[in-house]
Amino acid sequence: MLAFIVRRLLQSIAVLLAVGFIAFSMFQFAGDPVNNMVGQDANAETRALLRERLGLDQPFPIQFVRFIGNMLQGEFGVSYRLGMKVEQILVQRVPATLELVLIAALLALSVGVPLGVYTGLHRHGALSRVMLTVSLIGISLPTFLIGILLILVFAVWLGWLPSFGRGKVVALGWWTTGLTSWDGFRALILPAVTLSLFQMTLILRLVRSEMLEVLRTDYIKFARARGLTSRSINFGHALKNTMVPVITITGLQIGALIAFAIITETVFQWPGMGLLFLQAIQFVDIPVMSTYLVLVSLMFVIINLTVDLLYYAVDPRLRIERSAVGAH
Amino acid sequence: MAETEILSSPGARLVDVVRRFFEGDVFYSFRRSPVVIVAFAVTVIFFLGAFLAPWLAPHNTFDAATLNLLDAFKPPAWKADGDRSFPIGTDDQGRDVLSTIMYGMRVSLLVGFCSVALALAIGVTLGLLSGYIGGALDALIMRVADVQLSFPAILVALLIDGLARSFLPRSMHEELAIYVLVLAIGASNWVQFARTMRGSVMVEKGREYVQAARVIGIHPAMIMVRHVLPNVTGPVLVIATLALAVAILTEATLSFLGVGVPPTQPSLGTLIRIGNNFLFSGEWWMTIFPGAALVLLVLAVNLLGDWLRDALNPKLR
Repeated sequence: MLAFIVRRLLQSIAVLLAVGFIAFSMFQFAGDPVNNMVGQDANAETRALLRERLGLDQPFPIQFVRFIGNMLQGEFGVSYRLGMKVEQILVQRVPATLELVLIAALLALSVGVPLGVYTGLHRHGALSRVMLTVSLIGISLPTFLIGILLILVFAVWLGWLPSFGRGKVVALGWWTTGLTSWDGFRALILPAVTLSLFQMTLILRLVRSEMLEVLRTDYIKFARARGLTSRSINFGHALKNTMVPVITITGLQIGALIAFAIITETVFQWPGMGLLFLQAIQFVDIPVMSTYLVLVSLMFVIINLTVDLLYYAVDPRLRIERSAVGAH
Repeated sequence: MAETEILSSPGARLVDVVRRFFEGDVFYSFRRSPVVIVAFAVTVIFFLGAFLAPWLAPHNTFDAATLNLLDAFKPPAWKADGDRSFPIGTDDQGRDVLSTIMYGMRVSLLVGFCSVALALAIGVTLGLLSGYIGGALDALIMRVADVQLSFPAILVALLIDGLARSFLPRSMHEELAIYVLVLAIGASNWVQFARTMRGSVMVEKGREYVQAARVIGIHPAMIMVRHVLPNVTGPVLVIATLALAVAILTEATLSFLGVGVPPTQPSLGTLIRIGNNFLFSGEWWMTIFPGAALVLLVLAVNLLGDWLRDALNPKLR
């Protein structure tokens, strides 16, 4: 167990260092920063002085170590496009994205799980067939088209909901939230639905297939034989045992939500990290790009590590398998 | 003697292959499922429409001389102020939407096919090496694959696109955009090819013919390419069909986000992006028709891929 944790941790650190190296080398190809900072007529001495002050005269490995050191202290440089410190921009943008992702995840779970249970229990019902067909269409529709269709119907034709921005937000310290006001909440509905739809269908299908599998097992038959109510069998015994894979997949999908938030945020002009990153790509704003790259990788590594460890802790079978493989 | 001569003539062999195909299981399962026939028909129609666009499209959208700004924002022909010669309306520059979709699908399919070919090349090579040589190389390749797989493909593609943009001089962005896009999508989708390949190669590696080849001293590279590779292409080609759908979607998404193909060569994603700007002024046809074409294409290719996977899988027969 300990060996497994140590190995996974080392692997995660290696991944982060590799990502950090990519982020660092992006700066190397973007031209000489000194030329951008001083005027045309600056003499060689001024340039050398500035070069020394910025640490650019140091050898490559030392520059890299400094770069990592700065990142660890939360200093990410200055955005070329916005002329602000990247960490300040992030503080403004992170709440919007996290709020969107969180609401989308909750929505996907709270709709996906019940529908999955229903289609699992009534697998031949007409309603189940309709839901499965709809979910197939949901998987084939790209996220940005879903967003556009929702805007077309609910914002353009019906005019019920706003189609861009966060609406009215309230500041709680440095965190800004749109959840406390009706206006902010209304603005959140369409983006959250767009982002959650794919995950919803995924969870629906996952819960359904898990339920079908669990309902065939002996302990469910035994519970039936004991005369338990079908409600207690379905929810107390069956659903509980489908939850391990559902939790794992949902955990891993939070990473996917953060990635797909880039698309949703672009469609709805939602002022979050994804939109920031996309604009950074378009304008080749390297400090923002490299920061996003490092931060998102960090999030992914943490999510994957947590899910791996949780899985290990929750499912004892894995531990046995792992040690059996190790004995070979 | 005479019979073998007839059979070995190329024409007769082709006839034989075709006859066996129509009598075979795959064609039987194709004939039996109406959904697959429809999907096949849709795919063929779209492919033909796209590749023959210069001859079939009602208007040449790249010929500025035929464009007339007075034709801009015409609704589809069945609307009151629609025009017969623009069956599903025109866009902001007076281009026929049907023609832009046909030309756009050409770009989408081109990028899709090229990036799948790239992903295939990377994945097959690495999978072959990984499975055949094994050891530290295998561990390294599979670790990299694991790490890449823990990031969503669209994010990897966006990152590669962004990296390429920061490495290339700004003046070349437009011109190299398609290559960058193919690279980004191809490099974000190689993992499943490599994994499938590695699995099948490891099975084939233990077979007698490989051992025999090794015993008579054939070079390992030769064994991999000439002996192992032809026997493991089946599953990889099935994945390629499904990967084509993913690649087309990824291309559309990146182009929609504005980091894909340049506006001078619009793909379906670019058309949707342009149409999206006019959503609020009521010109819905500029978005909905390219969007519908994209969804139908992806759905059809996906259904074909699913069917092919099941039809070629001996366990499901």
